[in-house]
Amino acid sequence: MSELVSIRGLTVGFGGSLALRGIDLDIGPGEALGLVGESGCGKSVTWLAALGLLPARARVSGSVRLGGAEILGAAPAVLDRVRGGRVAMIFQDPASSLNPVHRIGRQIAEALGLHQGLRGAAARKEARRLLDQVGIPDAGRRLDAYPHELSGGQNQRVMIAMALAGRPELLVADEPTTALDVTIQAQILELLGALRRDLGMALVLISHDLGVVADTCERVAVMYAGRIVEAAATARLFAAPAHPYTQGLLGALPPVDGPRRPLAAIPGGVPEPWAMPPGCAFAPRCPQRLPACTEGLPAAVALGPQHSAACLRAARELVPA
Amino acid sequence: MLRFLGFRLLRAAVTIVLVVSFAFLVLRLSGDPAQIIMGADAPPEAVAAFRQAWGLEEPLYVQYLRYFGAILRGDLGRSMRDGREAITLVAERIPATLALTVPALLIKLCIGIPAGITAALHRNSLIDRAVMVLAVAGFTVPSFVLGLLLVLVFAVQLGWLPSGGQDSWRHAILPIVTMGVGGAAVLARFTRSAMLEVLGQPYIRTASAKGVPWRAVVWGHALPNAAIPTVTIIGFMVGSLIAGAVVVESVFSWPGVGRLLVVAVANRDLAVVQCILLLVAATMVTANLVVDLLYGALDPRLRNAVRGA
Repeated sequence: MSELVSIRGLTVGFGGSLALRGIDLDIGPGEALGLVGESGCGKSVTWLAALGLLPARARVSGSVRLGGAEILGAAPAVLDRVRGGRVAMIFQDPASSLNPVHRIGRQIAEALGLHQGLRGAAARKEARRLLDQVGIPDAGRRLDAYPHELSGGQNQRVMIAMALAGRPELLVADEPTTALDVTIQAQILELLGALRRDLGMALVLISHDLGVVADTCERVAVMYAGRIVEAAATARLFAAPAHPYTQGLLGALPPVDGPRRPLAAIPGGVPEPWAMPPGCAFAPRCPQRLPACTEGLPAAVALGPQHSAACLRAARELVPA
Repeated sequence: MLRFLGFRLLRAAVTIVLVVSFAFLVLRLSGDPAQIIMGADAPPEAVAAFRQAWGLEEPLYVQYLRYFGAILRGDLGRSMRDGREAITLVAERIPATLALTVPALLIKLCIGIPAGITAALHRNSLIDRAVMVLAVAGFTVPSFVLGLLLVLVFAVQLGWLPSGGQDSWRHAILPIVTMGVGGAAVLARFTRSAMLEVLGQPYIRTASAKGVPWRAVVWGHALPNAAIPTVTIIGFMVGSLIAGAVVVESVFSWPGVGRLLVVAVANRDLAVVQCILLLVAATMVTANLVVDLLYGALDPRLRNAVRGA
């Protein structure tokens, strides 16, 4: 068992509808995985569910193993050690993700106290080092600042420093740059990539933007309507997308060079969780739909090393009739 | 900071002047104190002499200026009933009122805040529903109805407690409970909604995500934020320590400031009514000022605004 995190059959239901419909996903130690899909497809829910951070009304089932040990439904004391200590998470809106009434030094020191047993001056010294590491200038004085006194980009750096405080094996970055200016986005992505290389930490980068994950991640998983529809090494996914949804996403990216062309939007919209079509959720919008697509959920099929897609046509093309 | 304080003090002073002026005008336009105090059958000469003695025959603006001049010298006037200084009459009553309102405030805080927090933490549970039903009942029932109900049950039916008067601590129990229940209900609802609002914030999820145990998330991260809106309503309760007992003091015939006010209004005892209203305005305004300063202490985002203002 070499995987760091191994998710099997993870489903999440809210009320009568399913937000996640069976997620299978592996992350190796030190690996950088991009998790891509539209808003509401379940990217964030996957990780909130894995760490037990969803509200109590969410019904979660399946399996999430961390280093071989099941953590789904684990005791609160176990989860508190995992969260921040082995798997850290940072969020979309850094300004509201930090507690407005506590100084940032205190918020970082809290994580250091929980996971490294550091208190007082030792915690402060380490917090200062972490702020330095994430590139916050004048770290010593910034420790006493409140979140509202920092910019969005700096707050996200503070979030990253706080996440690093527990020396996690995996950092889940949930749309870490969506709320930031474009230039700051690039800096934060660069920082995440550098930290991963320096610290040997695995990274899951959740984004609705294929471009964001392209440079940072080795492997990409594409989600649609609560399922992973395709997963492949980044280069392979961009070169030979197998699922029509992935093809559609790539077709909707503006080309960097060459003549201008109208962007190809995918017609239709994502089905609502309470009105999922039978069969493949993408079938109603799919230009390559087969009659069988509306009959049953397509299973993920291996199309090559590290490449799989949950698509009947992709599977059919694999085996010449 | 000093500029902020100066600005707030100025605003407080303006508020007090407006309240006092309003009271002055309404009292003088709503009935002739001379006629009321001397009685309907009093000879016209006696009424005229009374007016003369109290300066009531002068034009309104002269009375008004004279009144403010006196206030600035610290003279709040004398009762038209017995000629004693209004401030003395009122001051005598304050301990009796505080004997009701301070324990009632403690009840409000000690029941309302924990009930609100518990309800929020167990949202939609049986506890939450029970707290909310009691809270709605608690503040929709007017205090005079609740007071009479309590008298009916505990004084008339069970005979455990006296129905009115001020002879022993047992007399204070029913009025204190009457006042405490309504306030606790308001505070419970307020605390619950403040807490729910905070618990839904992303920084609460962040705290959980970094491994903070839930109890510490609630105490260390949620409560300090939920305290900010709750302080407003507590400030209002502290501000009404003096005047908040008018109805309850009347129901339980408790000789406090509230009952003095009711009697003084009925008698058109101008100086006494004005003195009480001035006191009420001053406590309310002071409580507000303290709340504003507390905001700065609780919320660093406002601290800068306070410093900059």
